[in-house]
Amino acid sequence: MPSLPPIRPEDEAVAEKIRPGGAFDAPVDEAHGRILFELALRLGDDSLILGQRLAEWCGHAPGVEVDLSLANMALDLIGQATHFLTIAAEAEGKGRSADDLAFRRDVLDFKNCLLVEQPNGDFAQTMARQFLFSAWQKRLFDGLTACADDRIAAVAAKAVKEVAYHEELAAEWVIRLGDGTEESRARMIDGLDWMWRFIPELFETDEVMTDAAARGLVPDLASIRIGYDARVRAVLAEAGLEAPADQRPILGGRRGHHSEHLGHLLAVMQYLPRTYPDAVW
Amino acid sequence: MAAVRALDTDAIWDVLRAVPDPEIPVLSITDLGIVREVHEDRVILTPTYTGCPATLVIESMVREALDAAGFEHIAIETTLSPPWTTDWITPEGRAKLHAYGIAAPTRGVPACPQCGSEQTEEISRFGSAPCKSLWRCRSCAEPFDLFKCH
Ligand SMILES: [Zn+2]
Repeated sequence: MPSLPPIRPEDEAVAEKIRPGGAFDAPVDEAHGRILFELALRLGDDSLILGQRLAEWCGHAPGVEVDLSLANMALDLIGQATHFLTIAAEAEGKGRSADDLAFRRDVLDFKNCLLVEQPNGDFAQTMARQFLFSAWQKRLFDGLTACADDRIAAVAAKAVKEVAYHEELAAEWVIRLGDGTEESRARMIDGLDWMWRFIPELFETDEVMTDAAARGLVPDLASIRIGYDARVRAVLAEAGLEAPADQRPILGGRRGHHSEHLGHLLAVMQYLPRTYPDAVW
Repeated sequence: MAAVRALDTDAIWDVLRAVPDPEIPVLSITDLGIVREVHEDRVILTPTYTGCPATLVIESMVREALDAAGFEHIAIETTLSPPWTTDWITPEGRAKLHAYGIAAPTRGVPACPQCGSEQTEEISRFGSAPCKSLWRCRSCAEPFDLFKCH
């Protein structure tokens, strides 16, 4: 094989000019790829784990309409996960697919927030979790439509309309149960109480998020928090409920430190692909 | 050459117009507005919903239809952007929905596709598919699906 001629300074100048136009492959910016991978993984894992949780209700919900709505929300979320994990797999560049990321990672490698892995409990607890998550995801996706990564922006723009439905539906249930019977009200209070301590993690600004914000990949979480808190307050007020007392926040999901609940969820979700690797239908 | 290409894309559109939506087979994928572009070497589709289970089915149906019509060389691409909206359902598609018993997307209160009454109410935000909600007519008491405005 003939050896390549030495690179001349003028060639480099030309290459620099051509790169932004896309004529050559952009140089792999490793730091950017790593942040993009982490971010897409977090987004994908949030959607995947909550989608799986909601799917657990299939056939068990209090009524057929509710069963349908939970299954359809699960579908939306798993659709989001497919897109985000595909982006993550490409950013990682190690030949893994979205399916590999979903089905062949262990619990410590999952980067979802702790809120989404919390058990379904009763229907009130599920709706409390859904409202607190969807109200956050809606505002996050609104911001992500301006993401510097075109693919993430496109997924967010596509999914944000669906997430708006999730938020609305869950808010209606929080109000209906909170403002319902003594029993439903007590259950909604318990549900909110369970989920409340996981809210701060949604707004945690660690190194990844700081770096991602500097690269124009994510909106400012602090500004999202203002609208989020206002929305949560308004819905609770309409439900005639007090906000639970602030509890010690629990963090760690973004670094792979999960509750024991996630392992059980993964054992069910990953059973088939791990028992029959490379099975297809 | 240009004329041949135009004929080709017309023929491809004809093929796609005959591909039904797997969930609502009275509609073709062109009625639904999910065929975004047709070129001489590729067609571009967009999914209705992020998690729509029909997306893969649609892609394989389009592949089969193109192959059967001798367009094996046409590639199929999908794009998310700009996101699909129910505004892209064609007027013909809306009429077909109505005749099938599904109320077409509307920003107001949907009229009952059975009797035309506007005395209708929502039963469930989510219906038999992610894209439909469940309604009931207070005049004729029949339940019906509404294709959600999206
Ligand atoms: Zn009627």
